[in-house]
Amino acid sequence: MKLTVNGTAHEVDVEDDMPLLWVLRDELNIKGVKYGCGVAQCGACTVHIDGEAVRSCQTAAADVWGEVTTIEGLGTPDAMHAVQQAWVDHQVAQCGYCQSGQMMQAAALLAENPAPTDTDIDIAMNGNLCRCGTYNRIRAAVKTAATKLQEA
Amino acid sequence: MSRIGKIARRTFLVGSAAVVGGVAFGYYAYKRPPANPLLTDLDEGEAALTPYVKIDNSGITLITPRADSGQGAYHVQAALIAEELDVELDQVTVDPGMPDPAYYNTALSAEAAPFRSTDDGFAANSTRGIMDAMMKFLGMQITGGSTTVPDSFEKLRLAGAVARETLKAAAAKKTGADIADLTTEKGAVILPGGGTLAYTELAATAATMDPVNDVTLRDPSTWRLVGKEMERVDIVAKSTGTQAYGIDFEIDGMVHASVRTSPCRGMMNGFDAEAARQMRGVIDIVQVKDGVAAVADNTWRAIQAVNAIDVDWGPAAYPSEQAEHWQALSDSFNADQQDSQFRDDGDVEAALDGAEAITAEYRAPYLAHAPLEPISAVVQVTDDRVDVWTGTQIPRFVQTNVAKLTGLDTDQVFVHVLMMGGSFGHRLEDRVVREATEIAMQMKGTPVKLTYSREEDTIQNDTRQIAMARGRGAVKDGKVDAYDLGIAMPSVVASQMGRQGLPTPGPDLQIVAGAWEQPMQIPNYRVTGYRAPELAPISSWRSVGASTNGFFHDVFLDELIHAAGADPMEERLRLCWHDPSHKTLEAVAEMSNWGSDPGPNKGRGVAFCMSFGVPTAEVVEVTNQNGAIRIDKVWVAVEVGRVIDPVNFDNMVQGGIVWALGHAMNSEITIADGMAEQRNYFDFEGMRLSQAPDIFVKGLENGDTVRGMGEPMVPPAAAALSNAIFAATGQRIRKMPMNRHIDFV
Repeated sequence: MKLTVNGTAHEVDVEDDMPLLWVLRDELNIKGVKYGCGVAQCGACTVHIDGEAVRSCQTAAADVWGEVTTIEGLGTPDAMHAVQQAWVDHQVAQCGYCQSGQMMQAAALLAENPAPTDTDIDIAMNGNLCRCGTYNRIRAAVKTAATKLQEA
Repeated sequence: MSRIGKIARRTFLVGSAAVVGGVAFGYYAYKRPPANPLLTDLDEGEAALTPYVKIDNSGITLITPRADSGQGAYHVQAALIAEELDVELDQVTVDPGMPDPAYYNTALSAEAAPFRSTDDGFAANSTRGIMDAMMKFLGMQITGGSTTVPDSFEKLRLAGAVARETLKAAAAKKTGADIADLTTEKGAVILPGGGTLAYTELAATAATMDPVNDVTLRDPSTWRLVGKEMERVDIVAKSTGTQAYGIDFEIDGMVHASVRTSPCRGMMNGFDAEAARQMRGVIDIVQVKDGVAAVADNTWRAIQAVNAIDVDWGPAAYPSEQAEHWQALSDSFNADQQDSQFRDDGDVEAALDGAEAITAEYRAPYLAHAPLEPISAVVQVTDDRVDVWTGTQIPRFVQTNVAKLTGLDTDQVFVHVLMMGGSFGHRLEDRVVREATEIAMQMKGTPVKLTYSREEDTIQNDTRQIAMARGRGAVKDGKVDAYDLGIAMPSVVASQMGRQGLPTPGPDLQIVAGAWEQPMQIPNYRVTGYRAPELAPISSWRSVGASTNGFFHDVFLDELIHAAGADPMEERLRLCWHDPSHKTLEAVAEMSNWGSDPGPNKGRGVAFCMSFGVPTAEVVEVTNQNGAIRIDKVWVAVEVGRVIDPVNFDNMVQGGIVWALGHAMNSEITIADGMAEQRNYFDFEGMRLSQAPDIFVKGLENGDTVRGMGEPMVPPAAAALSNAIFAATGQRIRKMPMNRHIDFV
């Protein structure tokens, strides 16, 4: 089947029901997307499909309906997305394992809602677990990114 | 000001012998620093100036042997070396190096000896010295017990200074300049005329010279990095998805495996893998100790296949129902099972005789570590060499255990430590490496990556101990007069070290840690530890014994203070005799504006605990929102001697509060039919963002000893929450998880 990830078209030979997460990680060697729970409980596997935040561990390969963007496609160390830059500025990460998913979720939130309230942020980000407990910084970074994106 | 004396050529400074004051027979034999491991594996023109600094013509590498599970250990270690080496953090590569006895942990022993951290007496220090020698003997390269900073604080700055002075000597030799006229900056020696010689250009010369060991550490007032806000060395990688973790490691020809071992931690009677063998991508089905693994061409297929195997498990190696575990603890409060009574001030029995006794019983459940990255390891076994790539806190144990399994010598086992996606103590166990090795031994030459499914990671978790406490106390004239606390739990240390084949003689300090050593002057004050029988396998969970005992000790104190009619903050301040601890209570009172009216339906609770030598005071403020509790704010004052990086410090303390409160509110592991009932984050949730309070942190620097702070914020948090809920509702919550007794918003 065909998949477009971060602007590149790929042809993969996998079972229809193989989760997108594992197609990305093991077939395409795109490792920024993380396995945490496999059952859409932690959000570490969050990617965008046509700009919408989805849990790639619960998205079957055959059901992918559009272009996939992973954290590597959001921005790079040399050209960071505003959300990534805000994550650096607030030094959000501890272990960092959940943060790809957090940033993908945050980027999707801000694309849809450029000026989220505290409640909007709580609701949008609640499905993304952080076992290190960086939530105070995540909230602050989302707000900083929102401001930056609105100025841009 | 620290100096190091003359040390034999090529055996550079390693330990901190200068801080070891003890004398005991057989001790000095181990005082000789272990050899520098980098010297055995150097290429031509490469200089390893200490075990922590490696320079060649292409760059500078700082070796950071304490593992990084997210606590910023690599960053902190690098900053300490860089401070004296005069390099910028963006000029260096950070590498955890290979496991070696040279990297033994000197600070771990300090907290293993049964003396209060506040005790600086001769007996305390000399015993710590003996423990230190033992630790060196065992070569325990362990990351744990909040020891990275205490262990590294002087050692790594000295390592940086030795390297710097040696590079200056090399520059003097090369240019003929007087060494006294040379300075250093940004990875280069500055020559008298203003020219510079990069360290990398000096590596070849330095490699031929004796190291300059006679160095003096700089005065803290001159520090460029330590104590200042820094950008963490890994923050860009972790903000762009480019940080590689253990689970991301790939090597050519690698196959993927997933495993299931007995959920009852017993034997496997047999299995039928017919269906699994037919599944797409499955390469083999192999047996491991007490379980079975599927090997496939990708991770998902391996997990699918192993789950398709029909397995017949033997019975549990411990009581099969949770109620029996609680009963075992309840039955342990007796003289035969008394493990310790390190605290027995005044006369508790006399004080309670005739007084109106206040009694209470407390419970804390089993808890999983559940770091977000499931455990994994890549192992490649050949006839004369084994390579292991994994995120671990115990690389030396891994090396030894893999050598035993494969029959090779430890120097034929190469452990490559990778970045960890959290640990919280989980990676102090090495079952994933042992199992990956068993599989790889059956597929010689092929690198095997074993990845646990989340479900397997949860079921096989060596959990936090369950614990129970019983308090009896009395008050007199508005003050706490008698305090008697008994704590029963199985021995974490015996369970954990038992899996490493190590004996653990004597009392287990963890049974009473966070309770017996509290700096409170209660006239009649006793803390007794009772050793429950071994039940389910348990292991160190962030703050270990204190994670349960900090809750027990302080909530019971709070109950007595309320019975006395005293103010919770005032009475703690009155009871606390230890000045740095007292100051944490003063600070948190000020931060939280203690004594002011919190407003309608709100309540504040304070708690204090000293653990790992770190006094920590916390105030939690909650709102009773129509019968459901919302945590609004938390204030934390913590005494660490010296804050190395204020940003990392603030983040770590906030995270520890979220960790402690989330589990206290929402989580437990329970046993039914001999196995954990929980499987994933839907039934072991911790805290999510919407429940996270605002957390305000203050680091105090009144103590004279630098301390680590990966854990000490955990023990008081649940107590402060329970005390706050009592203040807001009048309901006293003595058992965790609290959501079994009260609703949270």
